[in-house]
Amino acid sequence: MAYKIKASDCTACGACEAECPNGAISFKKGAYAINPSICTECKGQFDSAQCASVCPADCCVPA
Amino acid sequence: MGNVISLDSILGLGELKAPAETPVAAASGCVSSSCGSSDGPADMDPAVWEKVKNHPCYSEEAHHYFARMHVAVAPACNIQCNYCNRKYDCSNESRPGVVSEKLTPDQALKKILAVAQEIPQLSVIGIAGPGDSLAANGKNTFKTFEMLQKKAPDLKLCLSTNGLALPDHVETIARYNIDHVTITINAVDPEVGQHIYPWIFHDHRRWTGLDAAKILHERQMLGLEMLTSRGILVKVNSVMIPGINDEHLLEVNKAVKARGAFLHNIMPLISDPAHGTHFGLTGQRGPTAQELKALQDQCEGGVKLMRHCRQCRADAVGLLGEDRGDEFTLDRIEAMGEVDYDAEAARTYREHVENERAGRHAAKAAAQAEVVETVGDTVQPILIAVATKGGERINEHFGHAKEFQIYEVGPKGAKFVGHRRVDQYCEGGSGDEDALDTVLSAINDCAAVFVAKVGGCPSKKLEAAGIEPVDRFAFEYIEESALTYFKDYAERLSQGAINSRAGQDAVIRTGAFTARRA
Repeated sequence: MAYKIKASDCTACGACEAECPNGAISFKKGAYAINPSICTECKGQFDSAQCASVCPADCCVPA
Repeated sequence: MGNVISLDSILGLGELKAPAETPVAAASGCVSSSCGSSDGPADMDPAVWEKVKNHPCYSEEAHHYFARMHVAVAPACNIQCNYCNRKYDCSNESRPGVVSEKLTPDQALKKILAVAQEIPQLSVIGIAGPGDSLAANGKNTFKTFEMLQKKAPDLKLCLSTNGLALPDHVETIARYNIDHVTITINAVDPEVGQHIYPWIFHDHRRWTGLDAAKILHERQMLGLEMLTSRGILVKVNSVMIPGINDEHLLEVNKAVKARGAFLHNIMPLISDPAHGTHFGLTGQRGPTAQELKALQDQCEGGVKLMRHCRQCRADAVGLLGEDRGDEFTLDRIEAMGEVDYDAEAARTYREHVENERAGRHAAKAAAQAEVVETVGDTVQPILIAVATKGGERINEHFGHAKEFQIYEVGPKGAKFVGHRRVDQYCEGGSGDEDALDTVLSAINDCAAVFVAKVGGCPSKKLEAAGIEPVDRFAFEYIEESALTYFKDYAERLSQGAINSRAGQDAVIRTGAFTARRA
């Protein structure tokens, strides 16, 4: 399981990249993207997915 | 060096004009708490004056002479505010939180050095977002300042934050010699705050409602205390939201004063459905000019108020009230190649302002003393709109003014109390008639408008609206002219030649800054 970023809603602010505990988020073609093979949905690390909690556009969602 | 801005254009004269000769003995200093130049060296610790005297945001006087520049390196934010929506990014729009281009720290450095070469008035580099400068660990913010400090140590560093992450970064702020920090504090009571902040991200989770407002409040107060105890100057910004925090801002003023804030800046809510903010979409209105002024007047006696804020964009460049950002887009900066930094022009300019200043303080005090002596204190103060492009002079044509500076002048003296924008909106209509009506509604509470020049047609319209167009002080200093005008006004009033213009209000214009006017 992993999260994904809806590129059409992403404002490219980078807040998610700074919060991701796994370094799974990077900037690609004008928006941020989550590498699904690294994403853990923050399970066992935090109570909620960090990217989704900080995103101002609410565009980090379960894939 | 290319296109160096001429000092003439700031001073409005063919040559650098020395301040008027004024016998210093005539200057009796401040005659009341509403001293004309309320932010002069006379009422400030010398160390503090040294820090603020060239900072256009921290000193009202400095804002006539010095330019600031914001670099948009901090797009991430850690809270949501109901007046903010950074998704909307119209390049013609002017409000905090909006930018056209986000920059990396390397690009920001290059842009700063390029601007510094072109604009010798540049004294301050600020990072104000477009998100929060300390969100995402403040990585880009501190990286930019670190590089800048090495390349251009004479530029002042300044940052702006909502305060949530502030306590974690005070040590770093002190280490980089950032001696000006702005915290946006809209409430000191979570009951009020919860209507302004739908959520915050703190300690690895999203908080909402009262919890969010409480955490934010506590972090803001802690951060403020930590900064002031280290001698770092703090300006507090508050957005005035009628019906939500307008009366409460008196409490905010007291609370931040108790914690050592240097300056309090109460700004009107910018609210337009087109911006897509929560307040814009739900019809929350902003205050009128007189509502804002009344609140600011009530706060007098508390923390010193900033009244010259232009609510500029997070990538603004130039004197307050102008934005030359379009001249320094990323494409143009990239095309410049290596940019060297030479502080010579800036140094010359700062010396010139320093020389002019001493004479200015004395001249203002003398003019003020004269009014105190000749005008009885029963005459109500009046507002005067001034067309200026800087240098504390009346040096702009009425038809070219993109904003008017507002001075209140009364038996106790003259002081700057605000500004009114009169540029057109990108969504608005056009045509000369509309443009003139825009100006009339923006300065409707003023008794006169001081200009370098004004055409016959707008003159008639102004007179018909009860606002006297005045061009006899063209290129003179604003405060002295206002005082001279007031003396004359008081005399005409006593002879019954004119009526007083009390009880009028005006419209605060916000929204798209297009830097043009018909």
